[in-house]
Amino acid sequence: MTSATPVDDATGLLSQSRTPLDQLQHALHKYPVLSPALVLIVSGLVFTMLGDGRFHQPSTIGIMLQQTAVLATLAIGQTLIILTAGIDLSVGTAMILVHLVIARMVAFGATVPIAGWVIDPIHPVFGLLLGVLLGLFLGAIHGGLVTRFGLPPFIVTLGTFYVYQSLGNVYSKAQTTSKEALGDNGETRDVAEGLLLVLGRGISIGTMRITVGVLLALAMYVVFAYILSSTAWGRHIYATGDDAEAARLAGINTRGVLISVYMVAGLIYAIGGWVQLGRSLSASSNAATDINLETITAVVIGGTSLFGGRGRLVGTLIGAMIVTMFDTGLSLAGVDAFYKNLAIGLLILFAVALDTWIRKVGK
Amino acid sequence: MSDASSATTPVLEARGLVKRFGRVTALGGADLELYPGEVLAVIGDNGAGKSSLIKCLSGAMEPDEGEMYLNGERVTFKGPPDAQAVGIETVYQTLAVAPALDIAENMFLGRERRVAGPLGSIFRKVDKRGMRRQAKEALDELGIGTLQDITQAVETLSGGQRQAVAVARAAAFGSKVVILDEPTAALGVKESGQVLQLIGDLRERGLPVILISHNMPHVFEVADRIHIQRLGRRATVVTPESHTMAEAVAIMTGAAAA
Repeated sequence: MTSATPVDDATGLLSQSRTPLDQLQHALHKYPVLSPALVLIVSGLVFTMLGDGRFHQPSTIGIMLQQTAVLATLAIGQTLIILTAGIDLSVGTAMILVHLVIARMVAFGATVPIAGWVIDPIHPVFGLLLGVLLGLFLGAIHGGLVTRFGLPPFIVTLGTFYVYQSLGNVYSKAQTTSKEALGDNGETRDVAEGLLLVLGRGISIGTMRITVGVLLALAMYVVFAYILSSTAWGRHIYATGDDAEAARLAGINTRGVLISVYMVAGLIYAIGGWVQLGRSLSASSNAATDINLETITAVVIGGTSLFGGRGRLVGTLIGAMIVTMFDTGLSLAGVDAFYKNLAIGLLILFAVALDTWIRKVGK
Repeated sequence: MSDASSATTPVLEARGLVKRFGRVTALGGADLELYPGEVLAVIGDNGAGKSSLIKCLSGAMEPDEGEMYLNGERVTFKGPPDAQAVGIETVYQTLAVAPALDIAENMFLGRERRVAGPLGSIFRKVDKRGMRRQAKEALDELGIGTLQDITQAVETLSGGQRQAVAVARAAAFGSKVVILDEPTAALGVKESGQVLQLIGDLRERGLPVILISHNMPHVFEVADRIHIQRLGRRATVVTPESHTMAEAVAIMTGAAAA
C-alpha cells in the first residue's frame, strides 16, 4: 500500500511524440507572452522598413511612449478585471470624468446645484485625493453591481460608460480646461502646475523625450506584475477568474476579490487621469475617445484570455505598445488612416483565435 | 445502530439537519455519524439530499435547522473556510481546482504561505518555493509522486491526476475529516482504482473519510459502513457484510424497508 500504483500517463503525456505544432502550442501555453512579443518585434521591423525613416527616430519613439502612457496605465486595471473573467467598457469615460473633476475643482471650484453652495477652488493635492476617492467610488459601484446583484460586468460597464460620458459632458459643458486655468497664470497656482501637470514634464535623451508620466506607468507595471505573481491576492485573482466556484470552495472570498479588483481599477482611473492631464496639459471631455476599447485590445493582443484566469501583465504592456505602434507606424508609412483599424481588428481576431487554440492544451 | 462503534464519540456528527429551497425540502431532519478511522459511504438516489448533506458538513451551505458536532463539540460553519479551519477538508464533485494554476498553487489555494521577514510581512510575498516543496512531499506521501513537475498547470493533467491533486490537498490539510463527493464519477476504470487506493491510504493514516458515490461496486469495495440517504433523511446504516448491493439499492430506492 505504501507505493501506490503509479499514475502512469503522467509521464506518458510528456513522452508522447509531438508534432512541431504541438510543441508550439505547449510553448505558447507556458509562455503566453511569446506571441505578442513576436508581433511587436516583427511589426516594429516592418514599420521601420516601410516608412521614410522617421519611425525609428528617438523622437518618434519618445512620442509613442508618451502616447502609450495613458493607455498602458488604464490597461493595468483592464487586465486585472479581465483576469477575473470580467470586462470594463467604461474605463476611458471613467478616467475622463475623474480627470475633469480633478481639473475643474482645482481650476474653478464648484457651485452645488439647488443648494447654491459655492466651493472655492481646492488645492491640487486635495484635487488628486478627490480624484482617487471618486475613482474608488466608481470602482465600488461596478464591483457592487457585479457581486451583490450578480449583473454581468459587460452590461454594468456598458451602462456606466454612457453615464460617465454624459456626466463628463454635462459637468464640463464640453469645454476644455486650459493649461492656464490649470496652472501657469498667477502666483497662487504655481503648486498646481507643479502637481497636476507634473507628469507631462520630462527629460530629454538626445531627441527622445521621456516624461514622468511614462516612468510612472512603467513603475506601475513593475508593482502590479509583482502583486499578480507573488502575492496571495494576485493568485486569488487568477483563481477567481479561472473557476470562481472552485476558488470559493477552496476558501477564497471571491466576492471580496472581485470588489477589490474593481476598486483598484477605480484607483487606476484616477492615476490614468493624472497621466492624461500631464499628457494633454489640459482637461477635456473629448479627450481619449478611443481608449475604452483600446485597453481591451491591448489586453487581448497581450495574450490575456477574455475567459479569465490566464495572462501576464507584461503582455498588456506589449499590447499597448503594439496599438500605438500601428497607429504611428501606419500613418508615417503613408497608409490611409482608415486601414489602421483594419489592421488592429485583424490582430484582435488573430489573438483571440490563438488564445482559444492555446487553451485546448491537454484536452 | 447496534455495532460496537456506537460506544465511542463520533468524530463528526449531524443531528436533524433541515435545508429548504423555497418549497422544496432537500434535507428533512438528516442525521449522520462518522466514527474515528472509518470510511463512511453515503449513498442515495438523485434528490435524496446527499449533496445538501455534504455541503452542510463542509460549510458550503448553512442548514436552516439542526446541529453539527466535531468530536462532541458543537460547530457552525458560515463558509468553507470555517470547516477547513477545524480540520474538515472536502473534495467536491466539480473538481474544485483552478485549471490554469499549477499543482503547488492549487494545493495551497486560499491558504498561501508568505516568506519570512519583511518581504513577507510588508510586501506580502508568498513562499512559492516552500509551497512547492511541501506540495511535492504531500504527493509523495500518497504515493503519487509520479506527477513530476509540481509547476505543471493542472489543466495539463488527466482527470485521475487532477483528482489526485484534490485528494492530496484534502489529505494534507484535513486533520480531522476528509469528505469526497463523487470522486470517481468522471474517471475511467484505472483512474478510479487509483482514487480508491488513495481512500484506503487515508484510512490507514487514521483519517476518517466520508465518501459520496453512485458507484455501488466502489462503495462496497472501500466502505466500512454505508449510510443510505432517502427523501432527505437517513434511511438506515448498513455494512458491506450485512447487506448485498441489491439489498442496499432496494432500500435506497424505497423498494425495500430499511
